[in-house]
Amino acid sequence: MNYADLFRATLPETALEIAALLVLVVDLGFLRKAALKSRVAIAALLGVAGCGAALWALQIQGNAGLNYGDLTLLGAGTYIAVAQTGILVLTALTLLLLIDSVFTRNAGEYVAVVLMAAAGGLIIAAAQDLLVIFVGLELLSLGLYILTAFAKSSGKSAEAAMKYYLFGGMSAAFLLFGFSYLYGLSGSTSLPRVVYGTYVASAHGATPLLYLALVMIAAGLGFKVAAVPFHLWAPDTYEGAPAPAAAFIASVSKVASFALLITISSVTLHFLETLHLHGIAVAIITKAGTPLPPLPIVHGFRSAWPQTLMVLSAASMILGNLAALAQSSVRRLLAYSAIAHAGYILLALAFFTYSPLSTNAILYYILTYGLTTIGAFGVVSVIERATGSDRLDSFLGLHKRNPLLAAVLLVLFLSLAGIPPLVGFWAKFNLFAAVLTVSAGPVPFALVALAIGMSAVSLYYYLQVLKRAYVMAAIDETPINAHPVTLIVLLAIAAAVVVLGCFPALLQNWIVSFYR
Amino acid sequence: MLAWTIYLSFAGALVEALLPKGKAGLARWFALSVAMLALLHAVGGFAAGMGHGRQIIVDIPWVPSMGIHFLLAADGISRVLVLLTGLAAVAGILFSWNVEHRTNEFFAFYLALIGGVYGVFLSFDLFLLFVFYEIAIVPKYFLIAIWGSTRREYGAMKLAIYSFVGSAMVLIGLLAAYTTAGSHSTSLIYLAHAGLPVSFQMWCFPLVFTGFAILAGMWPFHTWAPTGHVAAPTAASMLLAGVVMKLGAYGCLRVGIWLFPHGLDPWGFSFIGIGSWRDVFAILAVIGIVYGALVALAQTDFKFVIGYSSVSHMGFVLLGLMTLNQIGVTGAVLQMFSHGVIAGLLFAIVGRIVYDRTHTRQLAELETMHLAKRLPFAAWAFVIAGMASMGLPGFSGFVAELQVLVGAWIAKPWWTIAAGVGIVVGVAYTWRALQKAFFSDNLATPDEHPKTGWHDLGAITWPEVTGVVMLAGVSLFVGLYPRILLDTIEPAVKALLAGGGQ
Repeated sequence: MNYADLFRATLPETALEIAALLVLVVDLGFLRKAALKSRVAIAALLGVAGCGAALWALQIQGNAGLNYGDLTLLGAGTYIAVAQTGILVLTALTLLLLIDSVFTRNAGEYVAVVLMAAAGGLIIAAAQDLLVIFVGLELLSLGLYILTAFAKSSGKSAEAAMKYYLFGGMSAAFLLFGFSYLYGLSGSTSLPRVVYGTYVASAHGATPLLYLALVMIAAGLGFKVAAVPFHLWAPDTYEGAPAPAAAFIASVSKVASFALLITISSVTLHFLETLHLHGIAVAIITKAGTPLPPLPIVHGFRSAWPQTLMVLSAASMILGNLAALAQSSVRRLLAYSAIAHAGYILLALAFFTYSPLSTNAILYYILTYGLTTIGAFGVVSVIERATGSDRLDSFLGLHKRNPLLAAVLLVLFLSLAGIPPLVGFWAKFNLFAAVLTVSAGPVPFALVALAIGMSAVSLYYYLQVLKRAYVMAAIDETPINAHPVTLIVLLAIAAAVVVLGCFPALLQNWIVSFYR
Repeated sequence: MLAWTIYLSFAGALVEALLPKGKAGLARWFALSVAMLALLHAVGGFAAGMGHGRQIIVDIPWVPSMGIHFLLAADGISRVLVLLTGLAAVAGILFSWNVEHRTNEFFAFYLALIGGVYGVFLSFDLFLLFVFYEIAIVPKYFLIAIWGSTRREYGAMKLAIYSFVGSAMVLIGLLAAYTTAGSHSTSLIYLAHAGLPVSFQMWCFPLVFTGFAILAGMWPFHTWAPTGHVAAPTAASMLLAGVVMKLGAYGCLRVGIWLFPHGLDPWGFSFIGIGSWRDVFAILAVIGIVYGALVALAQTDFKFVIGYSSVSHMGFVLLGLMTLNQIGVTGAVLQMFSHGVIAGLLFAIVGRIVYDRTHTRQLAELETMHLAKRLPFAAWAFVIAGMASMGLPGFSGFVAELQVLVGAWIAKPWWTIAAGVGIVVGVAYTWRALQKAFFSDNLATPDEHPKTGWHDLGAITWPEVTGVVMLAGVSLFVGLYPRILLDTIEPAVKALLAGGGQ
């Protein structure tokens, strides 16, 4: 590895960091006297341009990963490229929502932090090494804590950031603790070697250390994806954070974290499937050259991680959906629904196959979910500005106050509930079909039945919001005006949700195209 | 040709949503012309399809990687039900001519619902069928919640949740069938041929059948039906009873029975005389027939009478399906058509002609109004509709219920006997409602009961007359000349009962 390789492998991240610095320079250097509105607009547009540049860098980077010796630090191509593209596009969308916002006077800093956090997301999505994973996670998380606290005049924002930070710091400690055990078991930080090493160490029955490490890691990553019982930060953070920041947390951070979970699952399964196929771990250490001794087949090694995920998944689906029923704040409702959606995805990770089937289904789900949820937060933020609250009752009579916004809300929430022909339905179908294709036993079947049953429950709380927007009489009929850019972004998202739902093959083919 | 019913309805819904607000007349006429055009296509498709078996209409790969096709086809059963949908849609618009509140939105949701219903009846891809089935849920919710009456938000939410739970069960079955058959295709024709394992069919059949039967008002999952019907605006209750409940029954037949024929096989043991899922569902259907009729007899709200009568009549459909013989299933399909027309007519009279003028549906209050004298048209329309509903010879209901009963006799005679009780009670509740609402002369003079609207109930308008004549005429025509539908239904039922091989 030399610096040229390093530079090439991190080209998109570099583009984001340069854009972040550029935004700071422009905002603090040249626009100090300008009106806040134009500063926000310029900062947001520069940020979007930075995302565009990073996308372009991603294109020319191709499949160049980053290797150190025979160890892969950063992967590239295939699902990683899909996730990274998704992260960049979703980041750009959340930045566009910023244009309408008034929560801060420090537009330049906000955009810079968003871009740096997105860079962390890109690293997480590509990371193949425990240390790189940790660095990426911290880069992303620190950015998110700052973003949550960005509405300095709001007590809720500060409270949310403090809770998020404390939970986050704790879970990072758990994660690092788990990683240290894995390193102790395997003597390496590179994921394939970690799997190989722990497998060898478990040759005479899995050691309790491994289980301890897995639980610790599940706690750390469960926090990132807001899986029950590590979800407690989510409702407060979603409620307190400024809307664009909440949208960023709900979408980009989730995409990155699930990409990481995909990496972990596929590295493990790649090893195990090669092992079961050939009896030895041929494909693991490609460049070492020395043939490895045949490995015994350890029973129970494979099931530990999926079982952990299954528990998290079932708990998230049940608690997320049931708790959402009782919410009167739409942001908290979205937070609990996010927990439920994370539960569905964890199900597909628990029944994972090394073939692209599962990966594609998960990516499809998380990308479309991210898109939809950004739109939902966009609508919430417009309504908050007009009514001063995100209570259910602030949505009363929305169809009269702003019919377009109401139509967007209708499309997005029905999609989240999984009503065809919107994209949320395809995502669910795809995901559950993948689970059942991988394993058709009674357990996955029962869990899929639970997931589908729970999404029937979810229709109730989504309809609670739509009922206020469309059915119940308005208290206040003054029109709500949205900033034209916000409205265009929201309409574009709603249109995408409809079009991708009617032609689901579009997005699938796009994802598959990265495998060629 | 039939496919245009779907496209027209959805395009119409979109245009209605974009129409300027406040132009109620425009919205009405536009909706009526769209529905008429769709009805013409349905009639044309029905006429063109006579004597033909299953015809593929459209087959485009939709999600090639999962083997999902946009596959529309029609056999005799589909054609008859599409025809019913067309009729019910036009009649529903005629009877909602007086909707003044958010008219264009009303018809947008209405046409979207109709489009979904057409779609279900024409889909021969299980996935596509499911998509259309779910598309129909959301408009129902809004139609009832926004334009409904008694406890509308409760009724609408109950209906939405019941429908969604039912469709969740169907979705589980769909996924299971799809993956069990090898994840190649969701085409109904393919899945019917796929030779799904008997043990799989044994548990998947009741799941899917129950999921669909919830929407068909099967006892004990019927409770959404009366509350939903009562809460709904007239047009929506006409559609609910007229076609939406048929979606459920159609799904039971097309998906449940066609894809999982072995799900109906005997279990190999019997528990208190019940030896198969067929027995279970037949018993539930019979309970529905008798229970619905008895409860209808005790209602004080005119619309609840009709609501529970729907549960009873849909019981005949489910019983007919469970006979699994040619005559019984044919009768079930004909009963779907017949009940769709007759229930539409009954709801129109109760909800539109009577309620919109008297503003009450309480039989006790209607008793004092001398409606037979003041609304003779409504009274005689209800007499005709009531006779049709009781199953008097000469009306479509007679042919249909007779066939179901004969089929049930062939299968298990006691089913027929129990269902016969339901028919007798059916006569009683219809007669009771008729007598109380229209022909009661035991009470009150105008002076003693100064109710609002007492002196001027308003003249019967032309859309009402047209709608009543159309629906009653269809029921009478089918009753007198049932061959017109039977010739189309019978071959399709025969092919379907013979399994995937046909």
